[in-house]
Amino acid sequence: MTRRLLGYGESAVLLECADLAEALSLVAPARALPAVTEVVPGARTLLLRLSAPLTAADRERLLGLPGSPPADGSGEVHRITVVYDGDDLADVAELTGLTPEEVVAAHTGQTWTVGFCGFAPGFGYLFGEHDRLRVPRRRTPRTRVPAGAVGLADAWTGAYPRSGPGGWQLIGRTDVALWDLRRQPPAVFQPGGRVRFEVAGP
Amino acid sequence: MTSPAPSPGTGQLLVEQPGPLALLQDLGRPGQAHLGVSPSGAADRSAHRLANRLVGNPEDAVTIEVTLGGLVLRAGATTFVAVTGAPTQLRLSGRLTGSHCTLALRPGDRLAVEPPARGLRSYVAVRGGLLAPAVLGSCSRDVLSGLGPDPLRAGDVLAVGHAAGPLPDTDVAPTGPPPPTLRLLPGPRRDWFDDDAWPRLLGTGWTVATELDRVAVRLQGPRLERRVRSELPSEGLVRGAVQVPASGAPLIFLADHPVTGGYPVIAVLTERSCDAAAQLRPGDTVRFHA
Repeated sequence: MTRRLLGYGESAVLLECADLAEALSLVAPARALPAVTEVVPGARTLLLRLSAPLTAADRERLLGLPGSPPADGSGEVHRITVVYDGDDLADVAELTGLTPEEVVAAHTGQTWTVGFCGFAPGFGYLFGEHDRLRVPRRRTPRTRVPAGAVGLADAWTGAYPRSGPGGWQLIGRTDVALWDLRRQPPAVFQPGGRVRFEVAGP
Repeated sequence: MTSPAPSPGTGQLLVEQPGPLALLQDLGRPGQAHLGVSPSGAADRSAHRLANRLVGNPEDAVTIEVTLGGLVLRAGATTFVAVTGAPTQLRLSGRLTGSHCTLALRPGDRLAVEPPARGLRSYVAVRGGLLAPAVLGSCSRDVLSGLGPDPLRAGDVLAVGHAAGPLPDTDVAPTGPPPPTLRLLPGPRRDWFDDDAWPRLLGTGWTVATELDRVAVRLQGPRLERRVRSELPSEGLVRGAVQVPASGAPLIFLADHPVTGGYPVIAVLTERSCDAAAQLRPGDTVRFHA
């Protein structure tokens, strides 16, 4: 799929890319454009907030620039302990053709990277190293997901920083404070951050 | 009869009654999307700015965003105040007066904002601005995430800052009638909808649903049908985005919209029309034009 620039009102454009990796590779070049005040990544897009219209040269650059190769994965890896007793663990096992134990092993056995944040403060969409845990969202979203719930949707994993509605498949819960205004930065999950999940000890 | 509330001191305002919903707002906390935090800020930004100008404040000073009137304040010291947004009557120590002008309150004066006959939100600016703890650089209350100062309650005492600039030469800013229609630009996912959707969006008198808040105005009317049935991968949202969730009923995102969303955006309101959308109330009929 070729990249497209889609109009998004008077003060923004949406840059649609082939996939998340391409989108993330264009964050820095997009941010460097003088007219761009903020870049908001999505699953395969970048929303660019603008202080002025993009010039033709800006547009050409965004559409033509080869994405820069992904970062080599340096930097701290956050370790998140999880109690794997989620209400949907059995459903996820069935959907993936794995046993519940194999689901846990697949979740803890790979390094996850925060692709982007959205939905709520501190909520990160994390992508992994393989597709074995790809599952659809719940048919009916829950009106209340407990704070700390760890879930799966599409090929993402994520955790809910506070309770609220949610449609992801819940496989466990964590005690880690994913959002804390007293901390700098307040969010544990930030774009580009790497994460490994661990089975919580007794 | 309860004992009288303590009088506010100098540089303070006492909230005697908050009305249905009174929130502190400024121009928000943009630039925090990487934390999943919405820009927030006053829902009707031009009304917020005007209120501040009328009392000689910088435009980003903190105001009180009042929903459907009901707010009653008591002044601790001589204070200049302006109320903008939905045109409404005010009672200044019992005396009826109008909004959209600069008022002088003497110590002990009581100011009551009547519920507006049309429109939804009023902005109360106090010369010097209101002081409150900032969260991520803003005193705006984001009702989606709960960030920012709590909604005002009876008995709250608000601290007032020191005035900076001069009072304006003109102390009246008459307001005209609201625009008959809201202006739209095509949204990034207009091509996700069938050929009837855009004419239907522009040709319908939509009814504003009861379930509205600072996150979104929900509209009732004919379904907007999709051409593309697959799920939309989450993508960034902006204020004024007209999104169509699974139900087919469009909604207009306001100041506290989530950072990303998974349903297609068929259109986007212009900035000025976003401010007008912030004044829609349940039961209103709204029409769009391109």
